[in-house]
Amino acid sequence: MSLNEEVELLRTIPMFANIEPSKLKLLAFTSERLTFQEGQDLCRQGDIGDAAYVVVEGTADVIIDLPDGGKLTVAQIGRNAFVGEMAILCEVPRTATITATAKLETLRISTELFFRLVKEFPSMAVEIMRDLARRQVASNDQLTEANQKLSAAEKRLQELEGGAS
Amino acid sequence: MEKTIYGYVWRFSRQQQITMTLMSAASLPFLYLFYEVPKTIINEAIQGSGIEFPLNLGEKLTISVLGLDIPLLGPFDLMIDQVPYLFVLCVLFLVLVGVNQGFKYVINVYKGLTGERMLRRLRFELYSRVLRFPLPTFRKMSQGEIIPMITAEVEPLGGFIGDAFSLPAFQGGYLVTILSFLFMQDWRMAMAAVALYPLQLWLIPKLQRRVNLLGKERVARVRRLSDKISETVQSVQETHAHDTSNFVLTDFANQLFWIYGVRERIYRQKFVIKFLNNSIQQLGPFCFYSIGGYFVIQGELEIGTLIAAIAAHKDLAAPWKDLLTYYQMQSDASIKYDVVVSQFGPAGMRGPEYQMDEPDSLAPLTGELAATNLTLTDDQDVAVVDGVSLRLSLDKRYAIVGTGGSGREELTMLLARLLDPDNGNLSLGGNDAALLPEAVTGRRMAHVGASAFVFAGTIADNLFLGLKHRPLKAVEYSGEAAKQRAFYVDEARRSGNIDYDPDADWIDYAAAGVDDPATLRLAGLAALTRIGMNDEVYRFGLRGTIDPQDRPDLAAGILRARAGLRERMAGDPALLDLVEGFAAESYNLNASVGENLMFGNPVGGAFDVEHLAEHAYVLDVLEQVGLTEQFLSVGFQVASTMVELFADLPPDHELFQQFSFISADELPDIQALLHRSDRANLGVLPEEDRSLLMSLPFKLIPARHRLGLVDDDLQTKVLEARRYFAEHLPDDLQNAVEFFDMEKYNATANIQDNILFGKVAYGQAQAAERVGDLVSEVVDEFGLHETVAGVGLNFQVGIAGSRLSIAQRQKLAIARALLKRPDILILSEATTPLDSAGQALIMDALLAEFEGRCLIWSVQRASMAENFDEVLVMRQGRLMEMGSYGVLSQSNEHVKELLESE
Repeated sequence: MSLNEEVELLRTIPMFANIEPSKLKLLAFTSERLTFQEGQDLCRQGDIGDAAYVVVEGTADVIIDLPDGGKLTVAQIGRNAFVGEMAILCEVPRTATITATAKLETLRISTELFFRLVKEFPSMAVEIMRDLARRQVASNDQLTEANQKLSAAEKRLQELEGGAS
Repeated sequence: MEKTIYGYVWRFSRQQQITMTLMSAASLPFLYLFYEVPKTIINEAIQGSGIEFPLNLGEKLTISVLGLDIPLLGPFDLMIDQVPYLFVLCVLFLVLVGVNQGFKYVINVYKGLTGERMLRRLRFELYSRVLRFPLPTFRKMSQGEIIPMITAEVEPLGGFIGDAFSLPAFQGGYLVTILSFLFMQDWRMAMAAVALYPLQLWLIPKLQRRVNLLGKERVARVRRLSDKISETVQSVQETHAHDTSNFVLTDFANQLFWIYGVRERIYRQKFVIKFLNNSIQQLGPFCFYSIGGYFVIQGELEIGTLIAAIAAHKDLAAPWKDLLTYYQMQSDASIKYDVVVSQFGPAGMRGPEYQMDEPDSLAPLTGELAATNLTLTDDQDVAVVDGVSLRLSLDKRYAIVGTGGSGREELTMLLARLLDPDNGNLSLGGNDAALLPEAVTGRRMAHVGASAFVFAGTIADNLFLGLKHRPLKAVEYSGEAAKQRAFYVDEARRSGNIDYDPDADWIDYAAAGVDDPATLRLAGLAALTRIGMNDEVYRFGLRGTIDPQDRPDLAAGILRARAGLRERMAGDPALLDLVEGFAAESYNLNASVGENLMFGNPVGGAFDVEHLAEHAYVLDVLEQVGLTEQFLSVGFQVASTMVELFADLPPDHELFQQFSFISADELPDIQALLHRSDRANLGVLPEEDRSLLMSLPFKLIPARHRLGLVDDDLQTKVLEARRYFAEHLPDDLQNAVEFFDMEKYNATANIQDNILFGKVAYGQAQAAERVGDLVSEVVDEFGLHETVAGVGLNFQVGIAGSRLSIAQRQKLAIARALLKRPDILILSEATTPLDSAGQALIMDALLAEFEGRCLIWSVQRASMAENFDEVLVMRQGRLMEMGSYGVLSQSNEHVKELLESE
């Protein structure tokens, strides 16, 4: 895939949609094209993040380590996904492990490059904010849902316990 | 050493000095004749005054000395006329010119050689003394001071030594010759000519003495300057870290100022001497003109005699001046000798026998290492080691614990005989250790300190250094080489140098328990493995190069590994993605266009990858396969893209440096170029623009840059160019490139690249690790691990081992100590720079290896002493207690404290 195709791909990602093509080209040119084989990790939970990735081709699982040592796959990502930006935005360790489930082609955008883009293109910053907000909403929804399920489960448990006693 | 330079010169070059003086003396009669003959030519042969021709030549060529007539060419009779007589005398004159110049040549060469040999002797003596200095001397005397003393400061002595006796003898004799000539002419004139010499002889030394003192000061100051420079080099990191450059520079300027000040005074006084000297010298003619003139007018002196006397006085000036110069030179040389030699005899210096003695047999040490009342004081007379008495059995392992300043480091150095105690005795196996030569202490014992020194050279050089005590196996020389070697030995002996052959095999294989270089290398690798450095050395080996001519077996093995890797790759698509192998018939997308074209590594500078586009042959190849236009077009597109991408960036932006094909400085030029040209018309561009555009495509790596410019058509043509390039390579460039050849080891590439025989693909996650693992697997599969590690032994460690980490240097030093299999191994915090895993590994290995032998280890943490047979507790220079770790860690308060503070 050539630079121009990569630029086209980047434009389909909302965060980059409003950036002028020549800048996207610079982004594509200076970012590293990185291929992961099936089973290889893009990043590991707890590691220090040094880059974000745009998935060009392939699929991957987003996996979270559970406190009891188990693993939970929380999402599957594919073409056009933009991942890994949280760790470099907030300077926190990686919040999840991403493992390729098929041959995965990515563009690796280093921290510096990412921040340069954010600084130069406020529209991109807005897109990121929107994206984060959307995720927040989604999380909230999930949390509410989870809470409801939890209280329902607790209720049921109490009922069961009540019934037993 | 001799107190004065004359003493030194006389002691070591007496014979040469006498020879030179005799040669000088022998030359004098000819010199006298040389002055006599011209006079005879004018007076007798030309003017013919008082001579009747024909005359008897045999009678004429007779010189009268002390009343005896000595015929110059033997007694003979030959009657000749005036004109032949003239020619005979002229020929004689010519012969005398030859004889005199011949004398000069021989004497000068002899003088030069004598001086150089003496200089060599002096330098060698000084250097060997440095090796015998007690270690504390180096706290007061830095290398910055020692270096100029042995190099620059003694240099003028060589010149002087050649002249020391012969010059005064020769010039003195010359002077006397001319003087006697003068006296024979007219004693009054002669008296007049030398009348002022006594004044000069009285005045000059008086003045010279002051210059001498200044000279001494100058030497000291320059030495301090060089000390300063060497300190600057060592401390440069601190200078930058604290922004003290200005302070350092000011200090240096200050030193230069003082040197200038001394120099200024020297110049003034030196030229005052010269001024007085010349003035007094000119008083001579004054006397001739006034007194001599008066006598001529009075008719008491012939005018001819006066003229001859003036001429002779002029001749006197030269040797007299030389003598005075000699006088100044000898003052200078004496000072330098004094100043240098006084520095090279510190108190406590060991004798030469300590270095040179070679015991008949070196039996392993047995019994005990015993110390009685061992005391060492520092500069301020504080006892660092204070009355330590101990008995260490040579079959046990001891740990020394204590705080940093407890004297445990100094104790290890005393035990290793690196330091001499101020008081007390040390005995080794019943012998007084103070009397043991270094041959015993340095071979049967080993000491490794906290910052061991690693020499510039290879790892192997450093590893085997501890086995090089004497040349053991001489090199067999024959023919010219044998002569050269004999010359070397002769010269070494003439200058009192050591005459060992530096090229002989110095390695004591028996000491390492091996037979030959090959097994020694294995033993070295084994030692490195024991202390955990084998992996590092193996990796050095992978990055090392070999000469396939020297190591055909290894080259063949690597080629097998290469083939093996190819087979693996063929069976595993994931590997194909990781490494793109070189193949003569296909384009390598992970290599640059330039590499693809050349398909080989440049040897020497002819095909420098950065400047391929400037090479006439490369351009010719492009032209021949019809690529020129395409290259221009691709170059144009690359340039446009670069301008598009980078034009807005600030020039110092790191993206520029990392990614751009064009440097920030070039960008405006390129922009201008793009403005004034268009893609369709690239052919008509000026030469300069063309070559700029042509240079760009060479750097393109399709897999990395993804510009989509290296299309199939271009690839095919580049392959064609590749073939053409190789086929038509001119003879003079045949050796400028080593082509990639699947069947041939590439001497310009390292071992790893030879095995890979391709490019690591861009854009593969964790490519470096995976390739490293892959190569290791292949290396192991083909049984090359040991051999590759062996190549790693040839890794150049850099100046003072600077290419190794501190931990690696320490490990290397420990392996070096292990290799000579000492009876006593003494370590002083030798593993401190290592991480705890590395420390534990070495400790376990050494404790196991020295079971039943003697290991003395001054450990940095008390808990490390746990597994030793016995523990010595040091505190404030004293040995508090000695016992087992189990007991001491419970009962000794100090040990408890140490353990708690960890």
